[in-house]
Amino acid sequence: MSTVAPTQRIESRWTRAWSGRRRWPLVSVVGATIAGALVLLPLAFLVVEAQASGWGEAERLLLRHTTAVLLWNTVRLAVACAALCAILGVGAAWLIERTTIPLRRFWAVALVLPLGIPDFVVGFGWVSLDRGLHGFPAALLIMTLSLYPLVYLPVTAGLANVDAGLEESARNLGLGSWATFWKVTLRQIRPAVLGGCLLVTLGLLAEYGAFEIAQYRTFTVEIFTEFKLGFDTSAAAVLSLVLVLLSVAVLAGEAALGGGRRGWLAGPGARRPAPRVPLGRGRAIGALAALAALCGLALGVPVGSLVYWVIRGGSTTLPSASILGALAHTAEFSAAAAALATALAVPVVTLAVRHRNRFTLVLERLAYLPMALPGLVIAIGLVSFSVRYAVALYQSAFELVLAYAILFLPLAVVAVRSAMVHAPPRLEEVARSLGCSPAGAWRRVTLPMIAPGLWAAFALVFISAATELTATLLLHPTGVNTLATQFWAYTTEFSYGAAAPYAGMMVAISAVPAYLLSRRMTGLAARETP
Amino acid sequence: MSLRKPALLSLLVASAGLPLTACGSSRPGGAITLYSGQHEQTTAMLVAAFERETGIEVSVRTDDEAVLGNQILQEGESSPADVFYSENTPVLESLAEHHLLAHVAPTTLAAVPSRYSSAEGYWVGVSARASALVYNTSRLAPSGLPSSILELAEAKWKGKLAIAPSETDFQPLITAIARRYGVPAAERWLEGMQSNGTVYPDNETLVNQVNSGESELGVINHYYWYRLRDELGAAGTHSALHYFAPGDVGEVIDVSGAAVLASSAHLGAAQRFLAFLVSPIGQETIAHSHSYEYPLRPGVSANPALPPLSAVGAAPLTPAELGDGSSALAIEQKLGLL
Repeated sequence: MSTVAPTQRIESRWTRAWSGRRRWPLVSVVGATIAGALVLLPLAFLVVEAQASGWGEAERLLLRHTTAVLLWNTVRLAVACAALCAILGVGAAWLIERTTIPLRRFWAVALVLPLGIPDFVVGFGWVSLDRGLHGFPAALLIMTLSLYPLVYLPVTAGLANVDAGLEESARNLGLGSWATFWKVTLRQIRPAVLGGCLLVTLGLLAEYGAFEIAQYRTFTVEIFTEFKLGFDTSAAAVLSLVLVLLSVAVLAGEAALGGGRRGWLAGPGARRPAPRVPLGRGRAIGALAALAALCGLALGVPVGSLVYWVIRGGSTTLPSASILGALAHTAEFSAAAAALATALAVPVVTLAVRHRNRFTLVLERLAYLPMALPGLVIAIGLVSFSVRYAVALYQSAFELVLAYAILFLPLAVVAVRSAMVHAPPRLEEVARSLGCSPAGAWRRVTLPMIAPGLWAAFALVFISAATELTATLLLHPTGVNTLATQFWAYTTEFSYGAAAPYAGMMVAISAVPAYLLSRRMTGLAARETP
Repeated sequence: MSLRKPALLSLLVASAGLPLTACGSSRPGGAITLYSGQHEQTTAMLVAAFERETGIEVSVRTDDEAVLGNQILQEGESSPADVFYSENTPVLESLAEHHLLAHVAPTTLAAVPSRYSSAEGYWVGVSARASALVYNTSRLAPSGLPSSILELAEAKWKGKLAIAPSETDFQPLITAIARRYGVPAAERWLEGMQSNGTVYPDNETLVNQVNSGESELGVINHYYWYRLRDELGAAGTHSALHYFAPGDVGEVIDVSGAAVLASSAHLGAAQRFLAFLVSPIGQETIAHSHSYEYPLRPGVSANPALPPLSAVGAAPLTPAELGDGSSALAIEQKLGLL
């Protein structure tokens, strides 16, 4: 492929010019080292545990028919789900960014909200709606509807920033509107699509709750089985290492396809945004119906089942716990985790973007691995580490926050990276030459430029942490409940009516960051409109 | 942009600086930490009664019993837990095999019949459930129901049976059949169950689906059905329980037990908690709750809605004989059910 977007050429020119010549900032090196160590911690635990089981056990686990089934189930779901998410994400993003669709701001928020609904709620909603739904179709449906926002978000930002000039040239040279979309627009947003699909695939590798309900067996489901029933951490570790290998393959594949230059914003901002395509009455109705169908399926079914639980739910036999207390804890832990993950992502991305070499790129890729590991595995790794080397930390709120930050670091890295590639270090150098201190130059020049990316990172991690369950159950401070733990406790008691408000609260507090995310996207587009 | 920056910074700073300490207080009566794999409702009532009775504060950590068991294995000597209260006994047997449990005080063990507790005295039985058949009353008549669990593997139940093979209540059934009829017979039975059955992730889903008519029958611990009836009310209940014929291998008693951790720094208070669980007050609390479990202390009668324990299961195997369940798991894995 010889057609490289001009912005990418600029980016690589910066990196060529600056890497090697610029001094490595100590703060970034220290921060990135901490991030790297945190990511390696659960991996090291897996290797140690897997070794304890020995080759014989590993052979028993891996060289059996079940392994082939699990591999086939995992791979076919990943491919199908990533493809569907790409279609839905690009389609929805195009309608929002490039057409005169009515109620644009409403759809922009509604399309992001499914991220804030816990997977087990989505799964339960669907299975209780259609009891015959299970296996591959159920898993594909549930995961696609939960994960498509991970493609939609970066593509929205990408589309908002594609230079209209290129598309106009293509039209002038005789290409039809479809051909222009395929040959010009799609090519420009390809890194965004690939980056989104990468997150979808990694998230899917680690999924458990929805597959348990859908009765679909993947490696992660098997890991939980070994861990829970076999009482066998070593076996779970061996299977987790297979997940690590799978995600390394996915990361390598995405890099090979050209996703390595991924950015949420496709240009430095000095271009003309494309005009919105006016939708005729008929097309507008069709587009509205499509969006309503997507949001109805992704939001309506789970929220509807929550409402149904509340209405139908009988007397709860559990002592009533304070929902506000659980809400406060969830918000507190999630916000702290979001701040920590964002803070860790900045140095990792700074090195990878501004001091690009083999080592910093590997470090950045390494930061994606936790997303492919089940929360249970990360949490058990932290348990094992902290009881040996940091007992004071064990089951403290800080440790839970740390676990969230490790688990969702990839989301923060993607979001921060998207902003960082458009913050040329040269501007910071200019500020230095005008007398700013290094810290001052960063604060006054770079920080404002990457602030939207930091917001996005904060929002994404917050939403994910607020709905996390398995690591929370293992690491939360004893006696401190969160929305997720209370929801779990009530559902295991059949008290669906009592559980539903907790899930509703999870959706509600996720709506705030989801709103911010959509504002950021539309806000950027609005600012660039001449 | 200039408006956003300070807001962002202050939010980052505010959230990083939030007080992240867990609440911990000490009472004159002392405090213990309880890891509970039991249903939260049962545990909460028992803990409240114990705190009233003794003044000892109990911090409760609830999770899936197997996850808690694994957590204790990882924690080893550093475990913050003083007492482990589980829904089933195999996980307790596993911890005993790893030398992580202390001996239960003899007076506590003496409070319940010895066949419900650890043979070596590492854990005490607290309450019990009986295996039973749940069936959809609109689809099946009581007269057509099997008298033995072995019949469920016959072809006539194809497409009608519901199973939850990943539940900890399921393995004891396999163990019971393997002990009485041999491992090959247990494998053949399980193969029949597998080809007849729809697999559900847990007993809650199973009993729900039988009640709704999605499946027609399945084997569960009796209390899942009573709890579902509580949630749905009589009008929403379209299912009933059926017990296998007396002496059938499918009559299995599952015991919920408790143990003191060897690493506990509060052995005295921990032993008091165990003593309380099997005391008249503790056992009455279980009997009067909506947990629908059978108390094990002689003289304390169960919830009047339940048939007597002696009538629904003679407990052909003691929990200690059921062991840690690993052989049943091996059979399930061989057949690809897990």
